[in-house]
Amino acid sequence: MNGFLITHAPALLIMVPLIGAFVAPFVGRVSPKVRSAWIILIMTLTTLVALMLASDVFLHGTRIYVFGATSPGLTVPLDSGGIPIRIIFTIDAMSALMQVIAAVCGFAVLLYSISADRIHSGLESYYTLFLLMITGIMGMVSTGDFFNFFVFLEILSIASAGLIAYRIDGGLAVEAAIKYFVLSTIGAMAVLIAIGIYYGEYNALNIAMIASRMQFTLLDQVALVLIIAALAMKCGAVPLHFWTPDAYSMAPSSVTAMLVVASQASLYGLFRVVFTIYNLTLNAMTVGWIIIILGILSMVVGVTMAIPQKNVKRLMAYHAISQTGYMLLGVGVGLAVLGNQPLMESFGYIAMEGGIFHIINHAMYKGLLFLTAGAIFFRIGTYNLNRMGGLGHSMKYTMVFFIIGALAIAGIPPFNGYASKLMIYESVFAFNPVLAVIAMVVSILTLASFVKVFHSIFMGPRLPEFDTVQEAPMPMLVGMGILAAIVILFGLFPQAVVDTLIAPAAHALADQSGYIASVLGGA
Amino acid sequence: MTLVESLSTGTGFWNPLAWLIAVLVAAVIVYLIRQRGESGYKKGTTQTVPFISGNPEPEKEMVHVRASNLYWGYLDALKGYYNFIVPAHTGVLNDYVLWYLGTTAALFVVVVFI
Amino acid sequence: MFWNLPFIAVVALSLIGLATIVIKKNLIKIFLGITIFESAVNLFLISLGYRAGGIAPIFTSAPSTDMVLATPQALTLTSIVIGVATSALLLSFAVIIWKKYGTINTDEIRRLRE
Repeated sequence: MNGFLITHAPALLIMVPLIGAFVAPFVGRVSPKVRSAWIILIMTLTTLVALMLASDVFLHGTRIYVFGATSPGLTVPLDSGGIPIRIIFTIDAMSALMQVIAAVCGFAVLLYSISADRIHSGLESYYTLFLLMITGIMGMVSTGDFFNFFVFLEILSIASAGLIAYRIDGGLAVEAAIKYFVLSTIGAMAVLIAIGIYYGEYNALNIAMIASRMQFTLLDQVALVLIIAALAMKCGAVPLHFWTPDAYSMAPSSVTAMLVVASQASLYGLFRVVFTIYNLTLNAMTVGWIIIILGILSMVVGVTMAIPQKNVKRLMAYHAISQTGYMLLGVGVGLAVLGNQPLMESFGYIAMEGGIFHIINHAMYKGLLFLTAGAIFFRIGTYNLNRMGGLGHSMKYTMVFFIIGALAIAGIPPFNGYASKLMIYESVFAFNPVLAVIAMVVSILTLASFVKVFHSIFMGPRLPEFDTVQEAPMPMLVGMGILAAIVILFGLFPQAVVDTLIAPAAHALADQSGYIASVLGGA
Repeated sequence: MTLVESLSTGTGFWNPLAWLIAVLVAAVIVYLIRQRGESGYKKGTTQTVPFISGNPEPEKEMVHVRASNLYWGYLDALKGYYNFIVPAHTGVLNDYVLWYLGTTAALFVVVVFI
Repeated sequence: MFWNLPFIAVVALSLIGLATIVIKKNLIKIFLGITIFESAVNLFLISLGYRAGGIAPIFTSAPSTDMVLATPQALTLTSIVIGVATSALLLSFAVIIWKKYGTINTDEIRRLRE
C-alpha cells in the first residue's frame, strides 16, 4: 500500500486537489461545516502526498512518472522512435522544494481562510478556485512536459483571476483582476508561441528532450526572450510588475498569500527554462546579467515605491516585488558564472543557494505578513494606514507575528531572511561589490518602511474608535503561527535547511545532464 | 550534529545559536547593571503623568502620529525620483501592456544582437 | 514561398491583435484583440503540424498506419478550450465593471494606481 502511494504520488498530487475542488460545491450543499471539513481533509492529504514525495525525492533522487504508460517509469515507448510522447512528470530536488513550499503555505493559508472568509458569500466556488490554484502550482512545478506547463499556468491564471475579483469591492477588485488577467493571458500566449517554436524545431514537447537537442539558433533565442519576459511578468519583476500591487492589494488576504506562492512557481518556471532547457548553450553572461538587472530594478523600485504607500497591503505587495528581486539577483549571479567551474565553486553555487533559500523564506514570511494584514482587516475593516493606530493594546499575538514577519523580511538576525540574505550578499560581493551594496541599502529601506507600518498600526495610545477591537480568532492565529514557527526554525537552523533542501535543489537546477539522463536514460 | 553547524556563506559563516547565546549573555549583563541602579519610580504620583511644559495633555487621537506624516523628509529629499516613478504607475491597462511589449522588445534586442 | 503563407498570416494576426490591445481604449475591443492574438497562436500551432502528403491521424479511415503525429492538433484544441474560458471570464469582468463604474473606457478604469 505504501509502495503504491509512493509510486503514484506524482499523479495523486494533482488528482487529490482537482477532485477535491470539484466535489467541494456539492459537499458544501450539506452544510458549511461539512465543506470546511472536506477542504481541510483534501488539503491535508495534498500536503501529506507532497511531503512524502519530496522526502522520497530528497532521499532517492529524481522521480519520473509517465501518465498512461504500462509502468510509471516507461518514458520512451518502444514504437515512438525514441521520442517521449506521453505526458511525463519529472520531479527533481528543485521541484520537490517548490512542492513543499506550496503544500506548507497552502495548508497554513487554508486554516486561516476557513476562519477569515467565513463571513462572505459564494464560498462554494471560492474553495473550488482555491484548490484549483493549488493544483496549478503543483502541476507547474512537477511537470516535465512543456505544453503541460502552459496548461497548468493557465489553470493557475484563471483560478487566480477569479479569486482576485472574488470580493468585488465596488468594482475595484474586478479592475485589479482585469489588469492581472489581460497581462497574464498575453504572457501565456507568448509562452505558447515559444512552445510551438520548440515543437517545430525539435519535434518534442518534453523538457528533457528539448534540452538534449538544444542548438540555440535564432528561433531559440526568440523563444527564450518570450519565455523570460512572460515569466518575469508573472513573478512581478520590474518593469513588468504593474499588475502586482493592484492584484495583491485587492485580493482577499488568504488569496494574496497564495499569489505569492504562485509567483514563486513562475520564478521556478523561469529558472527551469534558463537552466535546464538552455543551460550552457546560451550566452550565460548576457542572460545572467539580464536576470541580475531585472532583479536590481525590482529591488530598488519595489522598495522605494513601498515607502510612500498608504494601503498596508499595497505596501506589502511592493515589498513582495522587492524581495523577488533578491531571488533573481542570487540565481542570476549563479547563471552568469555558469560553466566556469572555479567561480561556480567559489561563489556561484552559494549565490544560487541563497536565491533559492530566499524563495522558501519569502513564501513563509510574506505569507505571514499578508495574513496579519488580513487579520487586522478582519477586526477593524480597513487597510488604510492613516486610519489605524494603537492596535498593539488589543491584538497582541497578531502584533508578535507581525514583528516576526517584519524582522525576517528586513533581514534582521536570527530570522530566516537574514540567513538567505547573508548568503546573497557575500556571494554577490565576490561577483560584483556594487550589486551587494545595492542589496544592503534595499534591506535598510525595507526595515525603514516596516518601522513605519509597525508604528502606524500597533504603536500609539488606544484609539477611541478601536475600543471594542479583539484579538483575531483562533484558527487564524494557528495559520499564522505555523508560518511564524517555520520562519523562526529556518532562522535558527539555516545550515540544516540548506544541507537537506536547498543545496540539492541548487545542484539539481544547475545539472542539466542529470535531468536529461533521468528522463531519457543513459548519458 | 548538523543542527548546530554554522551556515557557510562562501567567505564567512553565520551561527544563529552562537549569536543567540551572545545576545542572552549581553541581556544578563544589562540586567545586572540595571539592578544596581536606584529605583526612583513611584506609582500614582505626578511622576507618571506626561510632562508637556505645564500644558494640558492633548486628546488621545491627537497624540498618535499617522502614517502619511512619517518619512516626510525622505520623500521630500527624493522628490525628483518620486515625481517620475509614482506617476509612471498610471493604472491604465494599455500602458501596462505597452510596458510588457516594450520590455520584451528590449530583451529581444539584447539577447539576439549581443 | 507558398508554405510560409500561414506563418506570414500568424505574424500579421499577432501584430493586429497586439496593436488592438495597446491602442484601443474600449475593454471589449481589448478583449477582441486578445482573442485575435489567441487565434494567431492557434494558427501557428496548427501550421506546425502540416506535413506535405501526410495522412490524417484518423484510425478508421487511414489507408495505412503511417499517419502524422496528432500532437499539434491536440495542442490547438486544448489552447482553444483555454481561450474560451479566458474570454468568458474577461467578458464577465467587463459586465461587472460596467455595472459598478458605468464605463468600459480604460482611461477611466484607473482607481487603482500609484
